[in-house]
Amino acid sequence: MAIWACWLVTVLALVQCWNILNENTIWDFVYDAPAQAGDLIGRMFPPRWSVLPSLWQPLWDTVNMATLGTLLGVVIGVPVAFLAARNTTPSVLLARPLALTAIVSSRSINALIWALLLVTVLGPGVLAGIIAIGLRSIGFVGKLLYEAIEEVDTKQVEAIEATGASGPQRLIYAIVPQIMPAFAGIAVYRWDINIRESAVLGLVGAGGIGLQLNASVSRLAWPEVTVIFAAILVTVFLSEWVSAQVRKRII
Amino acid sequence: MGDSVSWSPPPLIRNPWLRYGLYIGAAIYLSLALGTLHLNWARLAQGLDRGWAFISAFAHPDIAKHGREIFEGFVESLTMTAVATAAGVAISLPVGLGAARNLVPMPVYLLCRGIIAVSRTFPEIIVAILFVKMFGFGPLAGVATLAFATIGFMSKLLAEDIEDIDASQVEAIRATGAGPFQVLNYAVQPQVMARFIGLSVYRLDINFRESAVIGIVGAGGIGATLNTSFERYEFDTAASILLMIIGIVMVTEYASSLVRGRLR
Amino acid sequence: MLTISGLTKRYGSKNAVGDLALTNVDLTVPKGQLMALIGPSGAGKSTLIRCVNRLVEPTEGRIALDGVAVTGTGATALRRARRRMGMIFQEYALIERLTVMENVLSGRLGYVSFFAAWARRFPRADVAEAFRLLDRVGMRGMEDKRADELSGGQRQRVGICRALIQNPALLLVDEPTASLDPKTSRQIMRLLVELCAERNLAAIVNIHDVALAQMFVPRIVGLRAGRVVFDGPPEGLTPETLTAIYGEEDWTATIRALEDDDG
Repeated sequence: MAIWACWLVTVLALVQCWNILNENTIWDFVYDAPAQAGDLIGRMFPPRWSVLPSLWQPLWDTVNMATLGTLLGVVIGVPVAFLAARNTTPSVLLARPLALTAIVSSRSINALIWALLLVTVLGPGVLAGIIAIGLRSIGFVGKLLYEAIEEVDTKQVEAIEATGASGPQRLIYAIVPQIMPAFAGIAVYRWDINIRESAVLGLVGAGGIGLQLNASVSRLAWPEVTVIFAAILVTVFLSEWVSAQVRKRII
Repeated sequence: MGDSVSWSPPPLIRNPWLRYGLYIGAAIYLSLALGTLHLNWARLAQGLDRGWAFISAFAHPDIAKHGREIFEGFVESLTMTAVATAAGVAISLPVGLGAARNLVPMPVYLLCRGIIAVSRTFPEIIVAILFVKMFGFGPLAGVATLAFATIGFMSKLLAEDIEDIDASQVEAIRATGAGPFQVLNYAVQPQVMARFIGLSVYRLDINFRESAVIGIVGAGGIGATLNTSFERYEFDTAASILLMIIGIVMVTEYASSLVRGRLR
Repeated sequence: MLTISGLTKRYGSKNAVGDLALTNVDLTVPKGQLMALIGPSGAGKSTLIRCVNRLVEPTEGRIALDGVAVTGTGATALRRARRRMGMIFQEYALIERLTVMENVLSGRLGYVSFFAAWARRFPRADVAEAFRLLDRVGMRGMEDKRADELSGGQRQRVGICRALIQNPALLLVDEPTASLDPKTSRQIMRLLVELCAERNLAAIVNIHDVALAQMFVPRIVGLRAGRVVFDGPPEGLTPETLTAIYGEEDWTATIRALEDDDG
């Protein structure tokens, strides 16, 4: 009975959602969508490969934004993770909730929104992109790393404690060696994600290949868009391959 | 050996050429990458004021000034999230089944894996650009984007789960003379259902976050409102929107962890 | 000399009746004495040993090593007291991803600064002592191996080195042989006895293998439900005393096994 009530509520909610969508949609455009799609694809081919040489610099910027942003995220995310982990936090009442809030805030807000914000503050360019990527990475690195810290083998920590080691010594000698593989995996994985994200940050003005994409889309230069898509795809595949290789070596 | 009194841990990379080569390579890369920054100090100094204005806006977020836009934006975002998740999950069921190598013949497998690959490769925002071009501005393009991304995400994980199931249970049901749908119902579904529901809830969470972004390129939702507020330098409005996004994400994350906890 | 008086440990909240793990335990371990602690699972052996170096905080009672109080002190004094007590664990508790040498040197952490620990820069005298100890336990040339490459017996030898390099007055040994095969168990027990004799060390050894305890240890303390019910030489372990410690069972086989070994 309760299950049926749940279903009923779900269906009603979806119908209501549909109504809201309906109000905000111009259906003539939608009926036209297949034709538009065909038109779009028609215009995207053949690709204008001649723009490729002008893409190297933005691609280099994209990779740099991802790498430097990851570094920034790691440098800030690691201390945050130690503050957030129950077994290493200096205070459960103050530091832990603050660190967890920082992690949630960073995770809730997409790198694009951070970039939007930073472009307004710092002006357009690679720097805004790096900081946006870094801010978004703090939450990712922080969350996964603090979970790894909470899962360390307590017997090893106890053994170091029994030698008369101080708290910081315990951290560096018993906990850090245990989380190193997890840490390396997390960092490389995030770098891989960051390559994808930094490829689109240019859409809001934060540098990289996304700037070119934005320019071509607004000029309706679809043959160029095809080439840019291809460039992004190849970069993403390469970074995914690198990240998979590194993670395989570590484990 | 016993006489030697100095000792240092063996290095991580044993080959010294490779080790120092990597150090030097990393140093060169870092200096090159930092060299591309082209810092414009005058602009940055100007930015500090704006940055401070933005941070202080968090202390007094203003919902009232554009209350109606914010409210409509969030309703639209939540609507897009709900519809896209429902549609995406519904479509990902057959695609996921089809992408499980232990259930289907090769051509179906390749087709479904192809759909997954296409869906997972493109960032949401790029998909959104294309759908906006096709459907015009508005939430429908957003729904299509989110549903498209959901299909790749859910199908891949569902297929992996199905490939990991206990084959002996499938054999046992097959041995009773059951047809393919009965096999699905009795042998496959019980093994993957709980995790599938858990993942759907998790995806709902992701879709909400994404819905806040794709509005930037015109695909509806709170992202459009946010974008406008930044363009007008209305930091107090932007701050209130960001705080609400964080709040909603916290609530949905907590709710989804509850749901997943109960299913386990 | 270790003195324990009125030691009580209650798990759970302080006011509630809670689970009494230890009730009013009084023990004295003189310098150089090897003492085995036997008793059924859950009798409080492990809790007792962990109360001595306060890995588990005692609820009541006093503990002192060579006249220096271990209980009721601040963090710094506690770390100083812990330096004087080497601990050896059932499942070795080595840092699996560090080398043998780093594991042995970790016994000196109570004596060096944070930065020395971080950079692994230990005093040369410590390194020399670590090499001597590894040599003594038959682990020469293994210092650069990672702990997770070692066998159980080898790991326990590293664990022993880590405890000894602290230059302790007392060893706390928690089920040193529970994860080892019978032959390696005897080797490890023999090594422990020899090392304690060489360095005139006192030791408390938790052990569930009564025959092994009888074979190597001159003083046996029986614990049951958190109370000391036997304290004496191995010859005093009669079927009656074993029943008092472990409960009703046919004990003749256990005791005969001991006589066979001696004969």
